[in-house]
Amino acid sequence: MMDDHWLPVIFIALMGLAVLIYAVLDGFDLGVGILLPFDAGETSSESQRDTMIASIGPFWDANETWLVLAIGLLLIAFPHAHSVVMYHLYIPIAIMLIGLILRGVAFDFRAKAAVSQKLAWDRTFKAGSLLTSLSQGFMLGQYVMGFDTGWQAMLFAAVSALGVTAAYSYIGATWLALKTEGALRQRALHWARRCGRICFAGVVAVSVINPLVNPGVFARWFEYPLVMFVLLIPALCFAAFIWNDMTLRRQLHGDSRHVARPFFVTALIFALCFTGLAFSFFPEIVPGRMDIWEAASAPESLRFILVGAVLVVPVILAYTAFSYYVFRGKTTELRYH
Amino acid sequence: MLDTLLLSRIQFAANISFHILFPAITIALGWFLFYFKLRFDLSGNPVWMRAYRFWVKVFALTFALGVVSGITMSFQFGTNWPGYMEKVGNIAGPLLGYEVLTAFFLEATFLGIMLFGINRVPQKVHTLSTLLVAIGTSLSTFWIIALNSWMQTPAGHELRDGIAFPVSWMEIIFNPSFTYRLIHVLLASGLTAAFFIAGISAYRMLHGDSKRAPRLALKTAMLVAAVLAPLQVLVGDLHGLDTVKYQPAKIAAIEGVWETQKGVPLLLFAIPDSENRTNHFEIGIPRLASLILTHDPDGEVKGLNEFKGEHAPVGPVFWSFRVMVACGLLMIAVAWIASYRTWRKQPLSTGFLRVLVACTFIGWVATLSGWYVAEIGRQPWLVHGLLTRDEAVTDLAPGNVALSLSLYLLVYVVLLLAYIQTLRVMAKKSVEVEEFETEPPTLEGSLPNVDKTARGSST
Ligand code: HDD
Ligand code: HEM
Ligand code: HEM
Repeated sequence: MMDDHWLPVIFIALMGLAVLIYAVLDGFDLGVGILLPFDAGETSSESQRDTMIASIGPFWDANETWLVLAIGLLLIAFPHAHSVVMYHLYIPIAIMLIGLILRGVAFDFRAKAAVSQKLAWDRTFKAGSLLTSLSQGFMLGQYVMGFDTGWQAMLFAAVSALGVTAAYSYIGATWLALKTEGALRQRALHWARRCGRICFAGVVAVSVINPLVNPGVFARWFEYPLVMFVLLIPALCFAAFIWNDMTLRRQLHGDSRHVARPFFVTALIFALCFTGLAFSFFPEIVPGRMDIWEAASAPESLRFILVGAVLVVPVILAYTAFSYYVFRGKTTELRYH
Repeated sequence: MLDTLLLSRIQFAANISFHILFPAITIALGWFLFYFKLRFDLSGNPVWMRAYRFWVKVFALTFALGVVSGITMSFQFGTNWPGYMEKVGNIAGPLLGYEVLTAFFLEATFLGIMLFGINRVPQKVHTLSTLLVAIGTSLSTFWIIALNSWMQTPAGHELRDGIAFPVSWMEIIFNPSFTYRLIHVLLASGLTAAFFIAGISAYRMLHGDSKRAPRLALKTAMLVAAVLAPLQVLVGDLHGLDTVKYQPAKIAAIEGVWETQKGVPLLLFAIPDSENRTNHFEIGIPRLASLILTHDPDGEVKGLNEFKGEHAPVGPVFWSFRVMVACGLLMIAVAWIASYRTWRKQPLSTGFLRVLVACTFIGWVATLSGWYVAEIGRQPWLVHGLLTRDEAVTDLAPGNVALSLSLYLLVYVVLLLAYIQTLRVMAKKSVEVEEFETEPPTLEGSLPNVDKTARGSST
């Protein structure tokens, strides 16, 4: 029954991959939404909003689909965990969904509704993006705290909400630094540095509090001799933050090399943080309550879907890459359909 | 009074009813777009491109609403019906998973290329993307209808300790009502999209649009509807005969038959009274229901008395069914008149154009009533014979569900109004301006850095 034992492991890996890809991809387009500028009395901010939204137009729908896949995998492979998680996060999920709805429809309404309503839809866009990332961060915090409802846990979840929002803005700003030019790009570089620092503070806060409140996590991270190896993750993360900040500063001062680097370094930071988190909890799927084997569904079902996943996921990745290739380069003009 | 179960039911019904409005249009509209694009590619006639340009914008808007409401749907199972996943998750999970893997990514990715890539990829690739989007929406229908049909007529599974385990995936997917339901739903989308296209085109013409594109779109849509509408009646009839075998209680509610009897009349009108278990003010055609359902005017039809305490509320099922059928018959009449006039090369009168405008959303009415027949008729079962809705519901506090439900309802009402209003703005705008607001693409394709003067003319 070797392979029955491995099935849940394979599925948690797939799910982790989906969550990570989601955080990077939808992260950047939510971040762009959060950063939309509304400067008073400035006409250029409308055209900046047009360019910003155009830079994510072709991608957001597919990016969001990674969330559907992640939640689908949780539901398919770990139905028991799915019920527990959904039960405890009911309200934040509803709020996140409202946020996603508002953001998603604003894309089209802003360009097609009567001109007088465009500004209102742009505001909706920003509000929806904010609502989504705040509630996702809140949920992450709740999850890490084992769905505790005491005030400390709530405070932690609030910090996490801000941290995730900063992280999405960070990657959103680096995306803009990659895709735009001129004044908007200068602005994006400023945003990126500021958000990067807030994000850094958030990551530090979460990494300090998490082992303190979860004894199991502490034991795992600081167990000798593993500690020598795993401390590499925070060290690399730290280095990446610094390196990125330096690159951004140089670019602000006119260095036009490596425009794509900040985006990819930020994605790397996401991957490192995610690995750290996964390392803290694996093989538990609901911290402190349930491991992946207890939560798994029938092997017959897992095998059926695994066949599909093995065949289809590479194809999905291939055409996703194709789509990014088609829309490579700077977003200079708004070509709506 | 409002307990979690009732609130969850209202919430599920509200969410899926809102969701289905948009797929009902996009599934078939994707194929219409492919057809317009292909005609342009083959003939080079710019009028097809103009038709494409207008409808692709409508498609984008509709698709966006379908996507965001669909994401809500994929959370619904876990948030409100945890018992559902625990009991039948082994079956439902993989089917939903295949929908995501084979359909959602495909349509979402190629949608980006279809909407924004027309000047970035060769025309053949663009047309192919349009085709892939259409295939994606249809595949998505395939999987979700497989799941829904399995819930209506479960097969291919076995129960171990009360949990359903898959035995044969072929039997699960191709369960007894699947083929009928899939075809019925696809045809429903075809009709919904056809009347939608015709209605908006007629609206443009009534507002003084003298261009050819709306006329062409209207003609295409009505010819399609003239073929699909009668087919739909036929398929609906076969679907009902299948349901007699597997869900007799649903048919009894559809026909309003309280006691098992022979020579049952087809009721055109009645007010079902579930307290006294009888109908008031019946008007019917003698023996016709028996004839339709058993192919024998004296055939016996099982009544609701055989399913006391475990059948659906009769009124909503009975009436929804009649609304659906009435829409179907009306569609035949309208589509045939329009096609006849087109065939005789007669112009459509103002009066008839008004009728078409009034029918813009007739597909929504029929589709929703159809789903109400199927879904309410299945009650109190959630999965027929396996799981009732009381077993599946969450034990959250009603307050939480009330809060989420109010939020959704508020958002849905606003969005529905904004959607219809925006369609109107788009239709009006297109009366004045030509559909090319960006440069027309050329057949050879126009890659990003290609010389912009090398474009085709835009007559
Ligand atoms: C894959 C599953 C699935 C699909 C495709 C649909 N439904 Fe459904 N429906 C359910 C799964 C379900 C459910 C989970 O089984 C519910 C929730 C509560 C219940 O009793 O059944 C339900 C209930 C339900 C109810 C409430 C019935 C009642 O409680 O009296 C309505 C009105 C609808 N649905 C309407 C629809 C519509 C308009 C659909 C069109 C897309 C639809 N359903 C597709
Ligand atoms: C209860 C079940 C349902 C669930 C859980 C569900 C889930 C979803 C989700 C998550 C999406 C968004 C996908 C994306 O990101 O692109 C979506 C869109 C879609 N759904 Fe559903 N859906 C349900 C019912 C239906 C039904 C019954 C149909 C067809 C008859 C349908 C057809 C579609 C189509 C065609 C789309 C693509 C978007 C569009 O065309 O507007 N869905 N659905
Ligand atoms: C006029 C003749 C029609 C007949 C006899 C008919 C018959 C039926 C029956 C018996 C059902 C319930 C099947 C079940 O749940 O077991 C059904 C469902 C449904 N109908 Fe119809 N129908 C007709 C027309 C239409 C039209 C014109 C539309 C839409 C444009 C439509 C859309 C639907 C939908 C969406 C469902 C729910 C899905 C399903 O169960 O297939 N129907 N129909």
